[in-house]
Amino acid sequence: MLNPKLKLNPKIFNEDVEQVPIRKGFGQGLVEAGKMDSNVVGLSADLTESTQMNLFADKFPERFIQVGVAEQNLVTVASGMAAMGKIPFCSSYAMFSPGRNWEQIRTTISYNDQKVVMAGSHSGVSVGPDGGSHQALEDIALMRVMPNMDVISPCDAIEAKKATLAVAQKGKTNKPAYLRLVREKTPIITTEETPFALGKAEIYWMPDVGLAQVGIIVTGGLMHRTLLAAKELEAEGIKIKVMNLSSIKPMDNDAVIALAKECKKIVTVEEHQIVGGMGSAVAEVLAAHYPTMIEFVGVQDKFGQSGTPNELIEYYGMGKNSIKEAVRKMLKRKI
Amino acid sequence: MLLTDETILKLEKKANDIRISIIEMLVEAKSGHTAGALGMADIFTLFYFHILKHDPKNPAWPERDRVVLSNGHICPVLYAAMAHAGYFPVEELKTLRKFGTRLQGHPHREYLPYVENSSGPLGSGLSQAVGMALADKIDQKDPEGKQASYGAGVDRFIYCFMSDGELDEGNTWEAIMLAGKNKLRNLIAIIDRNNIQIEGMTEDVMPLEPLHSKWKSFNWHVIEVSGHDFSSLDEVVEEAQTIKDKPTVIIAHTIPGKGVKEFEKNYKWHGKAPSKEEGEMAIKELQAIRF
Repeated sequence: MLNPKLKLNPKIFNEDVEQVPIRKGFGQGLVEAGKMDSNVVGLSADLTESTQMNLFADKFPERFIQVGVAEQNLVTVASGMAAMGKIPFCSSYAMFSPGRNWEQIRTTISYNDQKVVMAGSHSGVSVGPDGGSHQALEDIALMRVMPNMDVISPCDAIEAKKATLAVAQKGKTNKPAYLRLVREKTPIITTEETPFALGKAEIYWMPDVGLAQVGIIVTGGLMHRTLLAAKELEAEGIKIKVMNLSSIKPMDNDAVIALAKECKKIVTVEEHQIVGGMGSAVAEVLAAHYPTMIEFVGVQDKFGQSGTPNELIEYYGMGKNSIKEAVRKMLKRKI
Repeated sequence: MLLTDETILKLEKKANDIRISIIEMLVEAKSGHTAGALGMADIFTLFYFHILKHDPKNPAWPERDRVVLSNGHICPVLYAAMAHAGYFPVEELKTLRKFGTRLQGHPHREYLPYVENSSGPLGSGLSQAVGMALADKIDQKDPEGKQASYGAGVDRFIYCFMSDGELDEGNTWEAIMLAGKNKLRNLIAIIDRNNIQIEGMTEDVMPLEPLHSKWKSFNWHVIEVSGHDFSSLDEVVEEAQTIKDKPTVIIAHTIPGKGVKEFEKNYKWHGKAPSKEEGEMAIKELQAIRF
């Protein structure tokens, strides 16, 4: 069942569940952040509307900087603004930022300890028809290896809004952060009342009674497919817990270890290369503290291609049935 | 206002002190970049002892001018200038590049909080300076709400020291474009035009000329000057400060290794530290011209 304490969207399993692009939550959150703090500034590299920063740019034109198609400049200019007390948000496609400008982010933001927030929209194969060149499948790995960097991958637009507000607040976190966003319309999972905190993981799905046999850890836009899988598995009598690990770094190690201790078997689900992604981050924690068998659902060392988001998610083995299959495979594995 | 002869003499002495410190610290460190650091000694002396609005005893003073060093490898000259200006003891210079030092091989803000930016990888300093200038521009509330005239009353400048070699970097030109677009009059870039980079002469490795007209065409005010003439340098900085609608770049023609004949104009000294013997010879030469 859905965790009743979290006040998740009661219409999650309806055919007509509301769908909103995760990037839109970022756009709305940035406007809120801009209202709360006049130091919040926005920078865009000619992708203002498609990253939904236009909402901020329209509201606060004097605090919006258009740098042109220049992602290296995007983040380095933001670093300079942060040095003067601004709280800069830079948005682009994940493929270009942090894809194009990784060293600049490392040196001038992470190493230089400047609080800049980078939003990488259009992550994953769900970018769709634009094809593999535009589908960032490596960005979690690129960003989580950097010391001093938070990495957040929200599961829906509402959580994206909360995450945007959270990383904008000085004092709450003075670290730079990467917000991983998805282009495609994504079902609304949470509500305004659902708790969100940086570094805190929540159990979204749990058995009605008793312990779970398999724990599924999800990050980003695949949460809805995972919950559908959990529901169908429950009907088959398989007890599942589903954890939302939107905060990949800092990671809620205690919650991840507790889930592993309960289930002894973990499946990770992400729209990212298996190598270096969230599943790898979970494996690092569990290998050190509570060695646990893991099945990784994600892209298996391949590039994406053109297609509809759904076709591609199915083709690359991240659809509902692939998740169910990973759980079944895990159930057969001997501890 | 023209510098007096007395001031010029003082600056020359200070630059000589700084050069000697640079040699001493590099010999002690056994690695580091000699040519660029010596070549920029006069310019750093002029800034830290005459031009900058700063307070070495209160380095976090919010109204201070900002110094962004883009080509971090010449940091011996930055460290030496800062130490002689009173930011930290001159003795500490000998810890350069050693374990536990505040004087990292390339500047790191976390270790030495008085530097404005961590740097080393080339081509990103100007962008950071552009960001600082933009932040100040946003904060300059023009009473009539017209951004175009924001400059009135700004008395803080963002100075970016950069190398000619790093003009090979695309990131630098992205910054040049943005600064020109936004008419950042509070931004002044100073290029160490010493014509050398690691593998040879800039015009052989990757030609930069005509540098003057390149910057000009990106909507910058461009001034060329000798990097070793205090009087002219001071004049051009004053000129840069009065330009109302453009950022300014000062192309400072410098002699790499300046002050030590053996090191001058030889690209082999770009990334090398003097041995103990070479250092003694250099210091002797520098001391011989003391006043």
